[in-house]
Amino acid sequence: MSERAANRIFDVFNILLITFVVILCLMPFIHIIAISLSSSRPIMAGLVSFFPREISFEAYTQVFSDMSMIRSLGFTIFLTILATALSMAMTIAVAYSLSKRDLRGRKWFMLIIVVTMFFSGGLIPDYILVRNLHLLDTVWALVLPGLISPFYMIILISFLNGIPKSLEEAAEIDGTTHLGTLFRIILPLSLPALATLSLFYAVGRWNGFQDALMYINNTDLYPLQLKLYQMIQNNQVSDLMQQEGLGMNKLMPESLKAASVIFTTLPILIVYPFLQRYFISGMMVGAVKG
Amino acid sequence: MRNSVYLRRHWQLYSLLLLPVIYFIIFKYGPMYGVQIAFKDFNFFQGIGGSKWVGLDVFREVFQNNNFFKALRNTLMLNLLDLIVSFPAPLILAIMLYELRITWFKKLAQTILYVPHFISWVIIGGIVLQVFGTQSGFINNLLAGMGLDAIPFLSDKNYWLVTYLLIGVWQSAGWGTILYLAALTGINKELFEAAEVDGASRFKKILHISLPGIKTTIATLLIINLGNMISIGFDRPFIIGNVAVRDYSEVLSTFVYRVGIESGQISLATAVGLFQALVGLIFLLASNYASKKLADESIL
Repeated sequence: MSERAANRIFDVFNILLITFVVILCLMPFIHIIAISLSSSRPIMAGLVSFFPREISFEAYTQVFSDMSMIRSLGFTIFLTILATALSMAMTIAVAYSLSKRDLRGRKWFMLIIVVTMFFSGGLIPDYILVRNLHLLDTVWALVLPGLISPFYMIILISFLNGIPKSLEEAAEIDGTTHLGTLFRIILPLSLPALATLSLFYAVGRWNGFQDALMYINNTDLYPLQLKLYQMIQNNQVSDLMQQEGLGMNKLMPESLKAASVIFTTLPILIVYPFLQRYFISGMMVGAVKG
Repeated sequence: MRNSVYLRRHWQLYSLLLLPVIYFIIFKYGPMYGVQIAFKDFNFFQGIGGSKWVGLDVFREVFQNNNFFKALRNTLMLNLLDLIVSFPAPLILAIMLYELRITWFKKLAQTILYVPHFISWVIIGGIVLQVFGTQSGFINNLLAGMGLDAIPFLSDKNYWLVTYLLIGVWQSAGWGTILYLAALTGINKELFEAAEVDGASRFKKILHISLPGIKTTIATLLIINLGNMISIGFDRPFIIGNVAVRDYSEVLSTFVYRVGIESGQISLATAVGLFQALVGLIFLLASNYASKKLADESIL
């Protein structure tokens, strides 16, 4: 067999295999979307796989007319923006100062921060702290404990170190203050890194679940994830009970569950393609450093 | 330069550090102060300082608790199986993606494969129920259509284990390719060209150039994974798990939550957390040392 033919066969197989993997990766989403758009008769009969049957927007109408769902969406958007903005401001502040290699005491500041990457008090001391600070059932319980990620801080420091020092020195000779340099020179040059880290913080906050589970009891302050979890959880329990023949609770319609899942995922899927190129380059910067 | 002069010139840098340092002291070192309740009979009225010291009593209680050992075993078991199943997947996928010649298709495939990484475990849990549910799950519907019995993917602990691992591969394989792809891009192109001249096949090139070219990355990632053996995220086992499979799905993180927050055995849960943190620290330091050593050697 000629070399070219062998190459071609390899390419074709590779493309087919990757196509298969990509489809496998998408299948659960497609199934959920199909369920969310079908009416309950074909769903109950187990007829819906990857195409909606007897198309109905009933489930979405119901999700969007559920005021508690809309309020939760509003709160989650507010929470995500607040947490991301504060996290970024803090991360920029600490990373900019610590990117100055000859800053006196730099080593000590680094040490204080890096230690927390290796050892933490744990879940319960965290909880007691939040409780003692009277942050339970406030938005701050979901913002403050995770304010700065040391890992993202290191990514930003290594990015800042890649900016030519001559630019800063020129500004300093002109008598610009540190803050002036930061705002006028450093930040505009760091936009890709800032976009990446913002995305990471925002996705982390949007998807965050455990802290809300622990710190929030007031249903007005339920982020979407916690709300969705409770909806699904109540349903799973009744699914298990039915299976054991214990109870015949009225199950929430499958399509409504599916529509709520889509509702919670959609904001991420909308932003994701636009920011994708940033976060890959951001990951690389982090990877080089270690 | 005298300190006062230095400070006058650079005070802005220190003021930028002020709030972050306060943050770390309160929210990271504060809980470390709270760790002492692992050695106390804690109650909320007397607080951290006021509760009575009991020495190692709480730890004795921990080490006599069967559920603790079960959670420890499950943590190690799930992590180890996860490593075996989920570690090779991104490596293979990255090599396949790297071999793709059609740029738009490669970009599209990457975009899609990264998506599960950005989906929360709550959402994945919802999807999992729809796909693997015993009553009305997608797969069991298909099986029923073929006249086969339903498989209890989520309510039998052995099937659950398989489901848990497969979901892990689905969620992490795509994102895991990023570091390998970066390493592959870093391989000297001349090596591939020289091999081409020698008439090496694509498989030979993968075997003798691509894989050796990224072996440091593979080893480093393996070491990092081994270093995290005792720490396990909360969301995945908590959400994918359920009462019926608690025997396997209860891990240290969920155990601490249930014992501490749900049952209010604060001191016990803190002690378990401290045990986990200390063992985790040893693992982490060892793996850090090993990967540093590895990096030094690969430079030589």
